[in-house]
Parts: sequence; structure tokens; C-alpha cells
Amino acid sequence: MAGKDFSMLKDPLVDNNPITLQVLGICSALAVTSSLKVALVMAIAVTLVTAFSNFFISLLRNQIPSSIRIIVQMVIIASLVILVDQVLKAYLYEISKTLSVFVGLIITNCIVMGRAEAYAMKNPPIPSFLDGVGNGLGYSLILLLVGVVRELFGSGSLFGVQVLETVNNGGWYVPNGLLLLPPSAFFVIGLLIWGFRTWKPAQVEKREYKIMESEGAH
Amino acid sequence: MPNAENTTAPKGLWARFNAMPLDSAPRTITVAVALCLVCSMIVSGAAVMLKPQQEINKTLDKKTNILKVAGLYTDGVDVEKAFSAFEPRLVDVAAGKFSNAADPETYDQQAAAKDPARSIALVNDPASIKRQAKLASVYLLRDDADQIERIILPIHGYGLWSTLYGFIALNADGNEIYGLRFYSHGETPGLGAEVDNPKWMAQWPGKLVYGEDGSVDIGVDKAVPAGIDGSKYHIDAIAGATLTSRGVDNLVKFWMGDQGFKTFLDNLKKGEA
Repeated sequence: MAGKDFSMLKDPLVDNNPITLQVLGICSALAVTSSLKVALVMAIAVTLVTAFSNFFISLLRNQIPSSIRIIVQMVIIASLVILVDQVLKAYLYEISKTLSVFVGLIITNCIVMGRAEAYAMKNPPIPSFLDGVGNGLGYSLILLLVGVVRELFGSGSLFGVQVLETVNNGGWYVPNGLLLLPPSAFFVIGLLIWGFRTWKPAQVEKREYKIMESEGAH
Repeated sequence: MPNAENTTAPKGLWARFNAMPLDSAPRTITVAVALCLVCSMIVSGAAVMLKPQQEINKTLDKKTNILKVAGLYTDGVDVEKAFSAFEPRLVDVAAGKFSNAADPETYDQQAAAKDPARSIALVNDPASIKRQAKLASVYLLRDDADQIERIILPIHGYGLWSTLYGFIALNADGNEIYGLRFYSHGETPGLGAEVDNPKWMAQWPGKLVYGEDGSVDIGVDKAVPAGIDGSKYHIDAIAGATLTSRGVDNLVKFWMGDQGFKTFLDNLKKGEA
């Protein structure tokens, strides 16, 4: 049992990562990864929301009428997200200013809904909770990896500590401005997916169709 | 003897509820209403309980920015203590005089600007702010002899994507700039957001706002305009951020001009504010 619990936490990190394999939750990953501090807070917020929404939805799963199950899930998720938002505003004001609308957008993060619908509706509370933590951690891992690349090469710092002295402040490093803009996260995530699939070829999806060999005049 | 599980007509509300099919209309509605009630109680409870802490954060953030623009902020400084050196006052912008119409500690200029009763709609609106609050929160820093040492004025206006909110600090003569700083904006990172770059902000201290004839000569331009002494009145625009620079130019000219704080600064100099 203990081994199964552990694999529930570990699997979503690499083998079944919500971002690189399931390609969910990309939108927020684009928006909040330009600095590591913000990415870390966002990662913690999403992990907490996924874990607890899975837990509560699983707890209620036998009472949720299937005709309104999506709405019920949304209400639970939304309440948790508002809770997180309020706590951030009270205790981490600086970061909540940067995160602004993206905390609210956790509600629409496909990972949270996806896990609620795919796992928590069918499984008991404790495994659902672990599944939520695991998927949250998988999301966090990618968020932080993208954050490291974007902050290091975009502003020359890590967690706000200057690592590469930038030209604007009298150093030598010319920061890559593109990395501070959201589209760059697409490239970084794309490269990560490529890396993950080269490392674990099992993750490569089967072709849906094959281009027909031409029967020309060879 | 039949027990509770196999009676065909269950007793009690809960048992009868449980016996209903999951998808029946009454049960669906009951679940929805109960869930909404519980969730709304949790959410509003959290909002009410955390409100005081959030308000403290908001004022602390504003005070920190005022300290920064006044050059009194260092890492780890006690913000409340350092801020107590300032005297918050309200200024009637049109009349150019101090006003006691509201409590300067709690006055919210941004909220007032949205309230038709407490603001005016702008016809001539170079800073693109649409409405201007009648009263503005200014902060005075006095020296040991109780003379005004620095005047901190709130400024805001539209850049490229967003409204930039900031402060400009003037020395006692109401002309020499001590510093300028934006505390909230949404300009492009790496381009317009360079208004936060310390190197760019370092251009402001020592520059003058008003020319010999009292006109607003300070400006943000790509090149020194003709007939202007660049060392006194010219701020170099940000490379790659023409529209943000133009926005900053507009908003500084607006707030320092006749529609902004010029009357107040003149009155202050004459001791009539």
C-alpha cells in the first residue's frame, strides 16, 4: 500500500506529467513563469487546490447527481481558489499583486478539473488527495523548470538574486527579453516535452495516420 | 423483525432523502442548494476574516512606495516608523489649497476618481485618465525646523497597455525634482517596464519642472527639444518604448501643469496654500 501511495505521488512527475504528457494547464504555465518566486507560489497554490478539491469531491462523490456534477466540481474548486486568493492577499501581498488574475484562473486550470472528473469521482478520498498532490507536484516541477530558464536568461537572476550581472546594471550579460514574454514559455515547454519523450520513448504518441508511400515512377 | 435497511417506506428526512434516486429533481436541487450555502459561507467567512490584514498590506505597500520615492527606504526599514515623518494632507487640486474635506489617512484617491460626486470629467485629457479626483493625497516631509523639505505628489496616466500609478517627489522649492517612481503598471517587460529601471529613474533627480516663465518644461523625449536646456529639463526616453515614454511625458506634464498641481505649488511657495 505504501509503495502504491508513493507511486501515486511519483508517477505524475515524469511518467504521467500533466503538462508534458497530458498537455494540460499550459495557459497558466505561460503566464506565471517569468520569475521563480511567482512560479513557486503558483505551484504551491495549484497543488493545494488540486489536492483538496480532489479530496472534497471524492468525499461527496456518492451524493453528487451526475446531471450537475461538473457544476458541483466547479463550485468546490472555485471556493478553494477564492480561499487561496484571499490568503495570498493577506499574507503575501507583493506576490499576489504579480499573480493578480492568474490565481483566479486556477479555477479554469484543466489539471484541477481533469483530476476531479477522471479520478476523484471514482476513488476514495485519501487516494484522491494523493493523486491531487502528485499531479500538483508534476505541474510544479515543469513550472519551476520553465521558471529557472526564463528568469535566469530573461533577467539574469534566480529567485530575485542576481546571478548574471546585466548590462543595464553595469554587468556583462545582455538579457534575452523574449524570455520575459509569455510566448517564450511555449518554446521552453516544447523543448521540455521533446526532452521527456526522447528520454522516455513510451510517451511518444502513436501516429493517427501515416502518409501514404507514393507509387510513382521510381 | 425488519430493520431500517429493508423497510420499503423509510422514516425520517435523511432516510427518505437517501432513498431518492441520485438524479431525481428534488435531490439534485437539494444537493446544489446545500453545496452553494456551505461554499458561500466558507468564502465569505474567509473574506471577512482576512479583510483587516489585506487592508494593512495595501496601506503598507503604498507607504513603502512613498518612502522609496522620497529616498528614505532601505531594505528592512520599519515602514510605519519611517513613514511617520510624513504629514499626509489633502489638496483641492483646482483651488490649489489644502483641504480638510476628508480624512487624509483614509482617503482613497483612486476610488474618488471613479465617483462622479468627488471627481470631474476631463475634457482636455492628455494623460488619458478620463476622470480626475477633486482632492489629491499629498505627503509633506518636514525637516527638524518644521520647514517643508520634500513634497510627494501622486501622479498617474496611461502608457501603452496600462495606467501607470506613481509619485513624484519635489524639493522644498516646488521645482527641483527629487525623484519619480511608479508603483503599479502593466507595461511590456523589458521595454516599457523599464520605467522601473534604476538607471532610467536616476535621470530624474536634480531636474527642474518649471522654466523661467513658469511653463512646464520637463519632458521625456528621444532628443533634447529645441530651446530647452537638456541638463535641466530633458529626460531621455526609454529605448524601444516610445509609447510608454510618451505616456510618462504626458502624465508628468498634465500633473505638473495648470490642471494638476501647478496652482498648489505656486500657492505653497507664496505661503498661501
